[in-house]
Amino acid sequence: MHHITLKVNGVTRSGEVNARTTLVDFLRDTLRLTGTHVGCEHGICGACSVLLDGEPVRSCLIFAVQVEGQSVTTVEGLAKPDGSMSVLQDSFCETHGLQCGYCTSGMLIAAHALLASNATPSEHAIRDAIGGNLCRCTGYQQIVEAIQLAAKRRAGGER
Amino acid sequence: MSAPPKQFRYIGKHRRTKEDPRFVTGTGSFVADVQLPGMKHVALVASPHPSARICAIRIDAAMALPGVIAVVTGAEYCAATESHLVGVDAPAVRRYALANDVVRYAGEWVAAVVAESRALAEDAAELVEVNYEPLPFVMDPEKAVTPNAPLVHPTHGSNVIFQRTFSWGPVEQRFREADHQLKFRARWARSATVPIETFGVVANWHRATGILDVWASIQMPKFPDQIARSLRLPGNAVRVHFDVDVGGSYGVKRGIKHTVLTGYLAMKLGVPVRLIEDRLENMRGGDMHGPDRIFDMQVAFDRDGTIRGLKIRALDDVGAYAGRSPLQLGKPVGAICGPYQIDAIEYEPISVLTNKTAQEAVRGFGQAPTNYALELTIDRVAAFLKQDRIAIRRRNLIRAEQFPYLIPSGTTYDSGDYHTVLTKALDAAGYEALIAKRDALRRAGNLAGIGIATCLEPSGGNSSFEPLFNPKNDTTTWMDSCLVRVDLSGAITGVMNTSTAGQGHETLVSTVLGEVLERDPNTIRVVHADSLNALPSNSPVGSRMAIMLGGAAAGAARKIKDALIVIAAHNLGVAASEIVYADGNCSVGRDATKRLTWDQLVEIAHRKFHKLPAGLEPGLQAKFVWEVPTGGALPTAEGRIQMYPCFSFEAHVVLVEIDALTAQPRILKYTCGHDCGVMISPDIVHGMTYGGIAHGIGAALYEKFAFTDDGQLSSGTFMDYLMPSAHEVPSLAIADHCTPSPLTTFGQKGSGEAGYLGAPAALASAINDALSPLATSIESLPMTRLALFEKIEAARHHKGIA
Amino acid sequence: MKAAAFDYSRAASVEEACALLARHGPDARLIAGGQSLVPMMAMRLVRPAVLVDIQRIASLNEWRVEKDFLCISACVRQNVIEREAALSEAVPLLGKAIRWIGHVQTRNRGTVGGSLAHADPSAELPLVVATLGAQCIVRSFRGERTIGSESFFTGPMSTALQADECLVEIRLPIWGAGRIGTSFEEVAIRHGDFALVAVAAQVALNAHGVCERAALGVGGAAPAPVAFPDLSRHLVGTQLDDAAMQAIADTLAKRVAPMSDLHASAAYRRHLAHTLTLRTLRAARDEALTRS
Repeated sequence: MHHITLKVNGVTRSGEVNARTTLVDFLRDTLRLTGTHVGCEHGICGACSVLLDGEPVRSCLIFAVQVEGQSVTTVEGLAKPDGSMSVLQDSFCETHGLQCGYCTSGMLIAAHALLASNATPSEHAIRDAIGGNLCRCTGYQQIVEAIQLAAKRRAGGER
Repeated sequence: MSAPPKQFRYIGKHRRTKEDPRFVTGTGSFVADVQLPGMKHVALVASPHPSARICAIRIDAAMALPGVIAVVTGAEYCAATESHLVGVDAPAVRRYALANDVVRYAGEWVAAVVAESRALAEDAAELVEVNYEPLPFVMDPEKAVTPNAPLVHPTHGSNVIFQRTFSWGPVEQRFREADHQLKFRARWARSATVPIETFGVVANWHRATGILDVWASIQMPKFPDQIARSLRLPGNAVRVHFDVDVGGSYGVKRGIKHTVLTGYLAMKLGVPVRLIEDRLENMRGGDMHGPDRIFDMQVAFDRDGTIRGLKIRALDDVGAYAGRSPLQLGKPVGAICGPYQIDAIEYEPISVLTNKTAQEAVRGFGQAPTNYALELTIDRVAAFLKQDRIAIRRRNLIRAEQFPYLIPSGTTYDSGDYHTVLTKALDAAGYEALIAKRDALRRAGNLAGIGIATCLEPSGGNSSFEPLFNPKNDTTTWMDSCLVRVDLSGAITGVMNTSTAGQGHETLVSTVLGEVLERDPNTIRVVHADSLNALPSNSPVGSRMAIMLGGAAAGAARKIKDALIVIAAHNLGVAASEIVYADGNCSVGRDATKRLTWDQLVEIAHRKFHKLPAGLEPGLQAKFVWEVPTGGALPTAEGRIQMYPCFSFEAHVVLVEIDALTAQPRILKYTCGHDCGVMISPDIVHGMTYGGIAHGIGAALYEKFAFTDDGQLSSGTFMDYLMPSAHEVPSLAIADHCTPSPLTTFGQKGSGEAGYLGAPAALASAINDALSPLATSIESLPMTRLALFEKIEAARHHKGIA
Repeated sequence: MKAAAFDYSRAASVEEACALLARHGPDARLIAGGQSLVPMMAMRLVRPAVLVDIQRIASLNEWRVEKDFLCISACVRQNVIEREAALSEAVPLLGKAIRWIGHVQTRNRGTVGGSLAHADPSAELPLVVATLGAQCIVRSFRGERTIGSESFFTGPMSTALQADECLVEIRLPIWGAGRIGTSFEEVAIRHGDFALVAVAAQVALNAHGVCERAALGVGGAAPAPVAFPDLSRHLVGTQLDDAAMQAIADTLAKRVAPMSDLHASAAYRRHLAHTLTLRTLRAARDEALTRS
């Protein structure tokens, strides 16, 4: 067992892990942050996406022991400081950018990272940013619309 | 039928869904989120052989591993549980979660390991030693029906599990009389909806109460009953928690075998047990592959393009076991001529067993493959006659004034306006400009084609295929229900009876309750009962919930409204007919002085028995159980039956470009005209339609559960089973139309399978239009890169082009 | 899909990593970004007893532009190629190839060295390395050696790396300023998938549009990415006219040795190698012609 300490959603967390425990299993099973989902466990579907030091990564392809001392943001950490939904989360609700909700946290992470680096993304840039996240419900249409809406609202000053 | 829909207050309006906030904040509650103290984890030992005798199983090494609690094999398990139900009359096709004596497909579960963690369970599963004696096997369904083929279930005596020839109308006469005939073969490949969440189940047995609690990612009619039956428990000993969020299903989340196994393990071990399929188990042994069909189509038609008769032979490979899968050949009986006026049809469905993973229900329950074969037929008739594909459709489409329209297989279509929807789709697509663009692409040396598909979505699912395909089954009831409570605070709660996999049922119920009771849907709570609290339901299958749950909610709300009116009339001293109900308040006519508010009426109902009219139950709650409209009849001797009550319609128009050298297709423009009657929640309907189209794009171009000749699944990971991403799915446009159904509460029809029922046909139409300059075509899905290359290459060689 | 149990060691230096490899022999595996290794471990196709994590070794996370080489240390993330313009300025083919590699999440984690050591015959970075004739610097407790790209890739998922060796740096030749044109084309089933076939080309033209230097490589059409220096030499002295390129493509298509699998037959891959060779050479030429 390895003792690890990392920052999750701004809070220092630690725990005992087996070397083979993936980051997503650590987040879900040890920290009980179940907003991040497991879809394929081989790095294709993107459901397990989290931010690692601010960058979206697949948490099924990282062993928890590897991220010692690093900073992880999950969907639970995307809300505003007062706990209300971020503009992006709210925009997903407005356009109904989801159905079953299973891929949604990964989509939000991918979109959040996109908007952090590109405030006015084209449709192509949006599709590229979520291109590594599979969704079987929406045909991506209302997800793209949600990200476009969020970009517009943020450009209009909403935070 | 084309009267404009009446004005609604909440129905048909953009409104945020009730479900979305919990998912965007990561606070949904999926089965893998269920955490019980002391819970143990299951991993499965799978057969490497497509067919083999199990000679011996040694579990000592696995049991010796620290953290391993149990290893259960088929011998023990099958003796302790009952075989699962088969949808057709084939009692010898027995099916259990664990194989006993023989395995019938590669990936079939042979033993279950229970351990302290999933990782340990996987370690132990590797240590279970199984000695197999390989047996002959059959992978090709056409070989499976030949006399000397190895039998998948020898005691059944044949690999055919269902076969019947239906003949409706003067088929032979039409074929004799018609100017022309064509015949061809079409193949629909084995694919599935493949939700991003695999199937999962948690079970916990309370010895003291004798209740087995089950949390599962389930979408299955009569699920609790089947679990109880297989576990030899009374129905009231199984409590299925329907408040589990289901991470996508679209038909496949049936999980009987997983749940019976997990329930058995929980009861045997006295601890909570969880089985969450990993993706490898899910793809190979999760039994969720979809229809796998060979269509032999014959069509008789006149030189003006009028279709006179059809003969359809559909051979479907259901894999090694069958539950409801053969019935997926039965549902299309209710829309066997599609949206066309064809009065003579022969239909021969044949359901065949092979040594493949078992088939399960997939979005559309067999209708999407049938629509694909029908639309290919229309396109081929047009090509043969050198007439426009749209003109041929227009000639044969049922006209608006012909509804209700009886088709030869005995089903009456409720309503529709197919010509108008097709026109709307063409207009929205900019059809003339689309043709100009296609022709410009062709001139530039590319292959380009326009696809057209006009397809039906039968909705409001009844079970009429059950008695049709199994004479021993005379089920005709297929009800759904809703319970509505108004509590003492005046707040409204709707109780629904099954789980939800993204269809937004909480939004549906709250919208309908708000509409009828004239109360703000945002204030209405909707909860999912568990199976011991639930009213009867048949779950969200067959595009039925807008119709059935919507209708049940409306019925229950009307009872509440009626009760309030009766209470008001009694207390205001007038007849109920004099009460005007507005926003939940009741007044005598428009007289504001003779008025009781919602809160006052609710208080009387709950607390003032002395003010309650005689005969009215105190408290304020109502249930409504509703049978499917038009339901209740058994099939005739000729196999005529009303299959489903309502018929939605979709017209797809798509432009595809194919790189002539690399064979890469690209969808340039996609438009879908859609009529599902009155939309209760347009955002939800549109979302499901977009998703259905994307799923259809996958089935048409990318997705296939392929097997090697030696019986192994060769696309068992997401590296090889290719689902379209946001790159492959283009921007999608929908053109709405509304022809209300006369059979439903608000004129609504179903839409849960929308998009998928026409997209594969539309893409095939587009690809074949693109290939037409090469004088070649493709009648097999998926139209892979490789398949397109080989068609293009063969055509080039044929034409003598290098 | 949980990996088999293993011991984990985070190496603080290349020396420590090499010592761990030497101690554990073939039972040890290096992990950098893990984007290829972890899925194989999850499927238990690979089950190392010891995993040696080298991603935090500072010296393996550097890159520098020298006079003749762009030197990229093994653990530099693929996304650095996207973010640091200097890399693509030095070796433009990198910038062309990066667009085809995986998805943002995998590029954020995946490393340059990891992709090379994994040696998927269809992967993009190995193709760039092979095409340009890069040098791979490897280290073990026995010392350091340089392996040329022509002998680094030995087959599908196999390299000339010994079990005790660690790839530490890749040196990609810089062609210098001038009329350089590059192109990277691939056909994959979906965007971001491994290529069915990919072709990379880089050409240098003189003031008269005559080819002075050319490099051409193909991925996915043989057990390993292959460069064709002899064919490239045939292009030198030509105007990169269609006839010259057609002859090269014809020869190349005969010489590749593609495999058949679920998604593409050998014939289709051979055809794609031909088609993409023409396209990349044309695109590289056209780009070079825009330069002065």
